[in-house]
Amino acid sequence: MATDIIIHDKKDNVGVVVIEKITPKQDCACWIMEDDSSTKIQSLDEIPLGHKIAMTDLNEGDTILKYGHDIGKVVKSIKKGEHVHVHNVKTKKW
Amino acid sequence: MFMFTMLKQKSGSNMEIPKSFLGYKRENGRAGTRNHVIILPVDDISNACAEAVANNIKGTIALPHSYGRLQFGADLELHFRTMIGTGCNPNVAAVIVIGIEPKWTKKIVDGIAKTGKPVEGFHIERTGDIGTTMKASKKAQEFVMWASEKQREECPMSDLWISVKCGESDTTSGLAANPTVGNLMDKLEPMGVHLCFGETSELTGAEKVCATRGATQEATDKFMKTWNDYNDFILKEATDDLSESQPTAGNIAGGLTTIEEKAFGNFQKIGNCKFIDVLEPAEEPTKGKGLYFMDTSSAAAECVTLQAAAGFNIHLFPTGQGNIVGNPIEPVVKLTANPLTVKGMGEHIDCDVSKILTREMNMSQAGDELIKTTLRVANGRLTCAEALGHKEFVMTKLYRSA
Repeated sequence: MATDIIIHDKKDNVGVVVIEKITPKQDCACWIMEDDSSTKIQSLDEIPLGHKIAMTDLNEGDTILKYGHDIGKVVKSIKKGEHVHVHNVKTKKW
Repeated sequence: MFMFTMLKQKSGSNMEIPKSFLGYKRENGRAGTRNHVIILPVDDISNACAEAVANNIKGTIALPHSYGRLQFGADLELHFRTMIGTGCNPNVAAVIVIGIEPKWTKKIVDGIAKTGKPVEGFHIERTGDIGTTMKASKKAQEFVMWASEKQREECPMSDLWISVKCGESDTTSGLAANPTVGNLMDKLEPMGVHLCFGETSELTGAEKVCATRGATQEATDKFMKTWNDYNDFILKEATDDLSESQPTAGNIAGGLTTIEEKAFGNFQKIGNCKFIDVLEPAEEPTKGKGLYFMDTSSAAAECVTLQAAAGFNIHLFPTGQGNIVGNPIEPVVKLTANPLTVKGMGEHIDCDVSKILTREMNMSQAGDELIKTTLRVANGRLTCAEALGHKEFVMTKLYRSA
């Protein structure tokens, strides 16, 4: 089956869109690279290629995990299936 | 922890890796993938003369740049190291050095002469541009005709010195293009190649994980000191923070949200390798084969220029949104996994690994494809950047001149 979203690590709470875009209410096939397993998710937003989707509900202050590592903090709560980007996530570095 | 480990173990290598390539053997035992005769200006005001010589004598290339006057201390040392290192690079057959005055010109000539390759210096004071252009052109003609008879010979893979740097990254870089470079490193490191990664600033967020990849405690400590020095400098100089420039607008358009996310993607380029030493900018590695970290800016042309000056003879450049950088002496091989980049600007892409995203290609197959492309370029195939005339030669400046 075609893959719409790739997730690096089992621990990750975001996945990356690898088709040109996904549309709201789309049932997406996800592939988890770390253990070659699969999962599904329904999107809430339109999300373009290379951008991230939330795999779980996330609250303000939560940590985003990608590659199994901390890549920043949630600054505006995010629902499962929503677009995750600079509007709701910030670096912890500065 | 990293997915390509699993994929590599699962699929293994799909091809037998060649043991040699066709390169130009140099007087000091190194081998080049190119056979350039360069006209190297010592300073900004000698660019015009250097370019005039390169215009007169076909097959030579001038390397104009913006600096070289009234520099001092570590900044001046870096200038000389970059100039001398560029001339010493095995992709260069012979060098004409042109400066305004004799002393610094001679210092660079003497540094390059240690390799045993033909090099001659000219200074402009008391002669002027026209007289210097004539004298230097006569010597350049002699050098280029001599170099044109050099033949490629079989060289062991260990004569490849491969540098890497990514640019205009997006999430496809971390997913596929960078791990493809990592897969190549994992396969070629045991063959005795020299490898180099840099980008001190773009490891920010992954610096502690990167530090654990030091092959020795000394290497780890040296890396953390280098990164901390850089971070202290940023904290001291920055008026706001780096979030205006890191990630870049192009990175953000491609889906990268934070510097940490970018850093972990960047870090995929070294595969499972450990670095044996940390190099100053443009410093030649001296601890033998293996992976080195070099303290560099993350600006593409600056980084590649420093790596070329350290003696690296072929460069791998994974991109997401489509960086187009090239270098005058070190061929820059581009790869991408972003299908939109392949579609929109395919003339810049030497190796397309976008099929990783559709799972029609696994990481090991992608690594094999990149090895094949790298060897074709090492053997003489022009890179996209070479065919398009990209020869960005950009000196790193540490602070303002006197």
